[in-house]
Amino acid sequence: MTKKINKLQDQKKAGLLPKSRTGINGLDEITEGGLPAGRPTLICGSAGCGKTLMSIEFIVRGALIYNEPGVFMAFEEKADELAVNVASLGFDLNQLIDDKLIRIDHVHIERSEIEETGEYDLEGLFIRLGYAIDSIGAKRVVLDTIENLFAGLDNQTVLRSEIRRLFQWLKEKGVTAIITGERGDNSLTRQGLEEYVSDCVILLENRISNQISTRLLRIVKYRGSVHGTNEYPFLIDEDGISVLPVTSLQLDSAVSTESISSGIASLDTMLGGAGFYKGSSILISGTAGTGKTSIASSFANANCLDGKKCIYFAFEESPHQIIRNMRSIGIDLNNHIKSGLLEFHASRPTLHGLEMHLVAIHKNIKRFKPDIVVLDPVTNLITVGSVSEVKSMLIRLVDYLQNEGITVMFTALSLNNTFNEQTDEGISSLVDAWLLIRDIESNGERNRGLYVMKSRGMGHSNQIREFIIADEGLELVDVYLGPDGVLVGSAREAHILREQTGQALHGQAVSRKDREISRKRKLLEAKIAGLQTEFESVEEELNKVYLEEELKHKIQEDNRREMIEKRKSIKAKK
Amino acid sequence: MSNSSQYQLVLFISGASPNSVRALNNLKQICEIHLKGNYKLEVVDVYQQPELAKQEQIIALPTLIRKNPTPTRHLIGDMSDRARVLRGLGINPSDIAI
Repeated sequence: MTKKINKLQDQKKAGLLPKSRTGINGLDEITEGGLPAGRPTLICGSAGCGKTLMSIEFIVRGALIYNEPGVFMAFEEKADELAVNVASLGFDLNQLIDDKLIRIDHVHIERSEIEETGEYDLEGLFIRLGYAIDSIGAKRVVLDTIENLFAGLDNQTVLRSEIRRLFQWLKEKGVTAIITGERGDNSLTRQGLEEYVSDCVILLENRISNQISTRLLRIVKYRGSVHGTNEYPFLIDEDGISVLPVTSLQLDSAVSTESISSGIASLDTMLGGAGFYKGSSILISGTAGTGKTSIASSFANANCLDGKKCIYFAFEESPHQIIRNMRSIGIDLNNHIKSGLLEFHASRPTLHGLEMHLVAIHKNIKRFKPDIVVLDPVTNLITVGSVSEVKSMLIRLVDYLQNEGITVMFTALSLNNTFNEQTDEGISSLVDAWLLIRDIESNGERNRGLYVMKSRGMGHSNQIREFIIADEGLELVDVYLGPDGVLVGSAREAHILREQTGQALHGQAVSRKDREISRKRKLLEAKIAGLQTEFESVEEELNKVYLEEELKHKIQEDNRREMIEKRKSIKAKK
Repeated sequence: MSNSSQYQLVLFISGASPNSVRALNNLKQICEIHLKGNYKLEVVDVYQQPELAKQEQIIALPTLIRKNPTPTRHLIGDMSDRARVLRGLGINPSDIAI
């Protein structure tokens, strides 16, 4: 409370328009702080678009959250009718009335009971409202719907001038007021008056296209303040009104370099080791039955095992179906649901309009604060919107999630088997990582091939991996690149087998050759030994001749010397 | 006329605003002419008793409420349109006019 007062004072000091928070989800973001404090705001729209609900929520939230009592002056519904209407939103109006936080004044005007007899003014209404405001010290006032006065009273001139005076009077009172008005044919209100005297005009609409209705809110004017100018979808559910300021997002979100696992170790390797970046968006596309849901579930499973929170939006299968199916590949999602880490939200796309889906997704994310979000499959949303609408919705969702640092995984069904460079929703340019699963048909069987089409900001494999769904989970195996091209499935298995056989045979052959060589060596060695012996005998022979010769020569020499000696002795004798 | 058909009238005014003063004067005149001795007029200043505004479903001022005879009727304005005032009060002027 003090914080709020300080804020208001700060705003006053800065010369800014002080604002009064509505407490309605998202509306304060669009109006950048709430409705103009102490000034009247008009909420207009056709029947059933939520004017009364929005205004009563403004009063109730004001009383509950901001401790600002409020007066609700009803020209249409009686107090007990209102109490019943808002009880469905979980507000106990009677309790708030007893606590003097809210005062409801039902104004009953019945034309047939009233006779106009001359000049009059609406001072009675002023006194009545003034008394109600003062009795509980109200800061907020709602007049719903003031133009009912025109139905009960004749004098238009008086009414118009009195309504002008009423707006002025409300400003002087310093109450933040909401006036509701029925939409006119060519103007925002039937009387074409309230929109000029209000400082802020909010237009509510209920648009129906393709038999699906979407509630939209637009701020037509806001004096002295900037505000979002787009049409914002809003949702009325058991928590009241939620407005989604989806288009005001900017491309300035902080990025993370942290990685989170994809749940398949071999896929992480393909993505450079660690998996996806935290806060990135991942698209998995493929034809029917290629295992998109299995990848998404395994991604959710891995992160839940890490203690991260995950929210799974299923547009095709029921949670029970998914849990049962994933159990067959060894993923137990039920455990995570029990531990509160995983939440399933299954809805048929045709349940409500696209914008409503976005609001619902937004709301659940805001409440659950997950680390990862899975949408399976986004292609089904096409049944409730055109391609461009789905794309714009997804862009806004991705923007929001990136802002929050939440990792999101989409699955998308490709309708034909031909290679699509673009997904049907045209979101492939939007996402950070795109995995494509493709059927590879050969040898009478279908196998799954997984590519990493893109993965921003990380090195990733350019190869096709064969994607195998087994009882133990998901696995990626290298496809076999043989002389005949890429082989997958049984062809790959067969080729590997063939190769193993070949290796065994080859080994056999090699050892046989080895043995032959050694045998040959032995043979040759034996031959060499023989020759050696032969050579020795020849050598011996030769040596023998040589010795004989020498011996002969020696003997001859001896003989000759003997002869010379003999001759010498003969000579001497002489 | 019996007592049960006595006119019970309550005029709600806002202080001494011109409309209120006019309404009071006009009404007194009408009552004296058409309902002499057969009416009870109460004048309430809503500024003094604002809680009555909600109770009596008052929006415009001045407002005259005919409490009796039933059903309750509301007459708003300064009572300057005599024919309408008489119609609103359920008085047929030709009956009573002398």
